[in-house]
Amino acid sequence: MQHTDRRDFLKLAGLAGVTFTAGLFPGLKASAQMAGDFHFVQISDTHWGYKGPANPDAEHTLEKAIATVNGLSNKPDFIVFTGDLTHTTEDGAERRARMKRFKEIVSALNVKDVRFMPGEHDAALDKGVAFKEFFGATHYTFDHKGVHFVALDNVSDPGAKLGDEQLAWLAADLKQRKPDDRIVVLTHRPLFDLVPSWDWTTADGAKAIDLLMPYTNVVVFYGHIHQEHHHMTGHIAHHAAKSLIFPQAAPGTQPRRPPPPPFDASLKPLGTRDVAMSSTVTMTELPVTKG
Amino acid sequence: MNRRHLIALLIGGSAAGGAVRLARAAAPGEIEIQASKFDFTPDTVKVKRGETITLVLTSIDRIHGFKMPDFGIRTDIIPDEERRVTLTPDRAGSFVFFCDVFCGDGHEEMSGTLVVDG
Repeated sequence: MQHTDRRDFLKLAGLAGVTFTAGLFPGLKASAQMAGDFHFVQISDTHWGYKGPANPDAEHTLEKAIATVNGLSNKPDFIVFTGDLTHTTEDGAERRARMKRFKEIVSALNVKDVRFMPGEHDAALDKGVAFKEFFGATHYTFDHKGVHFVALDNVSDPGAKLGDEQLAWLAADLKQRKPDDRIVVLTHRPLFDLVPSWDWTTADGAKAIDLLMPYTNVVVFYGHIHQEHHHMTGHIAHHAAKSLIFPQAAPGTQPRRPPPPPFDASLKPLGTRDVAMSSTVTMTELPVTKG
Repeated sequence: MNRRHLIALLIGGSAAGGAVRLARAAAPGEIEIQASKFDFTPDTVKVKRGETITLVLTSIDRIHGFKMPDFGIRTDIIPDEERRVTLTPDRAGSFVFFCDVFCGDGHEEMSGTLVVDG
């Protein structure tokens, strides 16, 4: 599918936000034919269970986003949630109640291939125990139409580490790939040092990037920072997604990370993202609209 | 490299035998900082540039972290232990420190500032 076609159908559906096209796979020529172009939707940082002034409509935002995704005229092949499905609670029973309710709500998605990943709000206080009960493994791989997806867990360790065991697992997985294989990494926190003084980093994320660096066609999608953001580490692109709960300040704009700004719906601060993949990536932001 | 030369960093439990209770006044050059959900007390520490200080870190409730990226410092803070961090700030300014061990709702606001007067 051509970039313009995707934009057109999203406009026709009345859903299009900002579209961003990047050289997804720099090791491929623009004219290269893919085994099958496709698109998926990234949803991040839903924080189900949050109550506060940063989002006065928190009880309905997730449902509105699901309505938006279900309204896409061209169904995505799959949907991935990149963490912080639920807002943190120290009460294990409440944590499970939130996960149960979250799962019930997202069952309304009309795409049934849905992948879940944890954020620290889901997993850091119990090292992912409850998350695994409801959603399965916290790190895993899957393949789709010739693209290898790797979901990394940098949150179940409360110190925001991938850990040596997972890094060894990643290294073993990558050894099976060819240097020009298309690889998409999904994770919650930025793998690179976005703003260390705001703790917007992964303690050992540089080790993962080092492992990925020999591969020429790698892109990373993540959440955590509650806003669209694009960054390159060498030839590897890192794309952060908006949240469905409240926006955060732009990276590094103050010495200490400030609390979320007052909610301003006119800024369309919340949304999901459609990712169309061919020889390039086309990301179309899908703002939350009235349900 | 220059920073490494200027900052002497010592992190570790203060007694080989393990747990140490804090029930004493801070020695000269020592600054006690207590961690608890979700604050550092004090959350602002003022020192002079070139002055060697030792931060004596304790926790009263659970494991927290102490990270000050500008000076390459991080350590866990474990209840019933004290962690000591010695540094000689080589530049003036305000430098953030924060908890980097997720400790609950409020963790993301658990931070403080080292103010170094020039």
